[in-house]
Parts: sequence; C-alpha cells; structure tokens
Amino acid sequence: MKPATFAYARAQSVAEAVAALAAHGDEARLIAGGQSLVAMLNMRLSAPRLLIDINAISGLSEIAVEGDGLRIGALVRYTQALRAPLVARHAPLLTRAIPHIAHAAIRNRGTLGGSVAFADPAAEMPACILALGADIAISGPDGARVVAADDFFLGLYETALGPADMLTGLNLPLHGPDRRVGFAEFARRHGDYAMVGLAATATARGAGLGDVRLAYFSMGPCAVRARGAEQALEAGDLDAAVAALEADLDPTGDIHASRDTKMHLAGVLLRRVAGQLSEQPQ
Amino acid sequence: MSAELETVFDLTLTVNGVAHHESVEARRHLADFLREDLGLTGTHIGCEHGVCGACTVLMDGEIVRACLTLAVQCEGRHIETIEGLSDSGRIAGLQEAFRTRNALQCGYCTPGMLIAASALMDIEPAPDRAEIREHISGNYCRCTGYHAIVDAVEAALAARTEGAR
Repeated sequence: MKPATFAYARAQSVAEAVAALAAHGDEARLIAGGQSLVAMLNMRLSAPRLLIDINAISGLSEIAVEGDGLRIGALVRYTQALRAPLVARHAPLLTRAIPHIAHAAIRNRGTLGGSVAFADPAAEMPACILALGADIAISGPDGARVVAADDFFLGLYETALGPADMLTGLNLPLHGPDRRVGFAEFARRHGDYAMVGLAATATARGAGLGDVRLAYFSMGPCAVRARGAEQALEAGDLDAAVAALEADLDPTGDIHASRDTKMHLAGVLLRRVAGQLSEQPQ
Repeated sequence: MSAELETVFDLTLTVNGVAHHESVEARRHLADFLREDLGLTGTHIGCEHGVCGACTVLMDGEIVRACLTLAVQCEGRHIETIEGLSDSGRIAGLQEAFRTRNALQCGYCTPGMLIAASALMDIEPAPDRAEIREHISGNYCRCTGYHAIVDAVEAALAARTEGAR
C-alpha cells in the first residue's frame, strides 16, 4: 500500500523540531531512520498530517565518552554503532545485540534512539537500555531533561516522552572490568522480531554476581525487568531464578507462541544468559 | 523550517551517476520514485513494508530498503539501482555465477539479492556459507531457491579470489 498524503518538513535544530511538535500536537510525527514508521505509513496504520524529519539536525550522530558515560546521539544508526570501537569497548551489550536486529539494509538506516522512542515490545534496543540502566536525554517545550530507563518504558508503545518531546540521545554507563553482559533471543528466522528475548548486565563479585539486571522483551507490553529472578541470581540460585520468572513475567500468547511456550523459552534464555554472565573473562 | 505545510517538493539527487531534478510528493517512497518517475523498473516491490528485500538499492554506497525510504529524504544523495550496477559491469562476476548456478527461477528477488550479495562482497573478503545466509536473510526468495543463491555467492567469491592471484 501507499501512505496517505502528509506534509513534510526538515528540522534544522532540536528547538525547531520541538516547536513543530508543539504546534501540531498529535498530528505530527518525528522521522529519523523511518524503518518502523515508513512501514506503518505504507500500511496506513499511522497517518500523520506532518512528518518532521530530524536527520539534518547536526550534533545528534555522534558517539562519545562524556564524563562517566557513553553518549549515543539520537541519529546514530545501528551499523554505525556496530562498527564503532567506542561501543565495542564501553557498551559490549550493544555489540552483542545489534546483529540480531532485522537485516543489514535496515540496520544501515534504523537508529538506536528511534527504537527506544518507539518502544516496540518486541524490539531489542529498549531491553538493552533497560538492562544497562541507561539514561534517556529528552528535549521538550520546557527544556531538556533526563529520564532513567527504569522510568521511561510505561506500557504498549507508551513512554515518558510527551507529545512535544524529542529523544535527543542515550547515556550509557561505561563498561568496567568487573561488569558482565549477556544477550540471547529466540526468533523464528534470523532478523525476525523475537518470540522471547533477554538482555542482561551484572557485576562480578568473587565467584558470584551482584547488581543483576534482567530485561526481557516480547514478554509483555514493553521491555520488562524480572526482579525476582535478579535477586535469585544475586543469591547464586539459578533454579530459583528460573522459578521466579513465573511471578516476574506475564506474557500473552500470540500467533508465534503461546503463553506457556514463551514462559518456557524465558527460562531457557535465562539459563543461557546466566552462563554468559558467569563465563566472561575475569 | 517553513511554517507552511508542504506536501510536494523539488528533489535533486543522483541516480546511477546521473543527476535528476524531479517534483515529488512527500509520501512517495524511493522505490515508487525510481520505478514510476524515472522508469527504473529493475527495483522490484514485494511487500512494501521492509520485510522482503526486493526493493534493495544503494544509498551513498550502503544497502537500504527503497520502500522504507521516502524519496524526499534522498535530497543530495547518490542512489544506485540494479540498472546502474549491471551496466557498469561491477557485478558481472556475481551475475555470471547466478546464471551458472541456476540461482534465479522467477527472477523477482534477483535484483535485490544481487545488490545485497554485492554489498557483502564489498565488506567481507571471505564470508562462509553461514555468513552469506545471515547477510541475505533480509531478502526473500519465494521460489525458495536459497541453496543455489548461496552457491552462487560462494562461487563468485571463489572466482574473485582466484582472479586476484
């Protein structure tokens, strides 16, 4: 299908984009990589009156270490992040996760920021951001603010972004020598959205793990942490962690997998990812 | 940014080395622009929501989905389609391998497959079969002739390595 008619404007600055959003409200949408949005426009699942293209805004395509964090601008593409030595060194969870996202042609255009802002429940990036405990930088009519990942994902395609807010970047904590990351997903075919996925981080404490963060995707209306399983893993009890998922997660079945299948696979992934967290070099 | 809400734009871009200046609706995606406005029908349209890969083209040297890219977003960009790649001879080895390995049946996915495969050959000197499969996983062949396609890409890589000696 073809998109319905819409107007189009190129924002030259974050302030321009925010002003245009404020002026047009729900009738306007921001477009960056467009790899989810244009598909929705083509299928007429979305029919905005105005598309505000943010690709020409300078300063949003950089990856840089700032203070004790890795700053990833809103326009950084998956391929760019995957090739960046700074990401491999300071955010190895992303280097593990990005190859699972769609296909090369889509990774060349799609942005990390766009995926976080869109908050698809089956997408990898929101779960990675949640597992990392990253901060999301937002600009809106009242200025700039930062929202922690734990407070950002609120529901199905629902985030802390207001109608005139723009996500401007992601601030990731720097990977340290004691940090561990894990990532695994089940998809029917390579590049498909996952039936179940898990992104995880932890801190090595002797032979055990602390600060465990387990972020599941495709297991609810948005990326969700499995807090009971996190505590059990910190206590060193993997079987208890798998058992705790029953209370932590409440997925609904879909055409790809029933609820029971998803819960079973969530346990399988937890064992796999727990192995990754324990095996990394000391 | 103009306060007026514009739906039609003057677009200047380069396609296969030729500069074009066209008027386009903002809602026109690149695949329709190439096919309908420029008559370059080698770029095929399958699913129109980014799943099948039939519309794969190069934008500034990197493969993209033409159905998920608005033409108006290509202002000042360099686009290459199967016509350009084919006429230039750049993928002649790959095309020959597709012929000899019988890697096309109905041919609908072939332009996208060739462009995706040539992009892999550009960045990877010696991908194995698993890497070839992963790279073309975004390109559907509804005749399901994947095995022959992987054979062809492997043969083209081998011929290139042989030729370089």
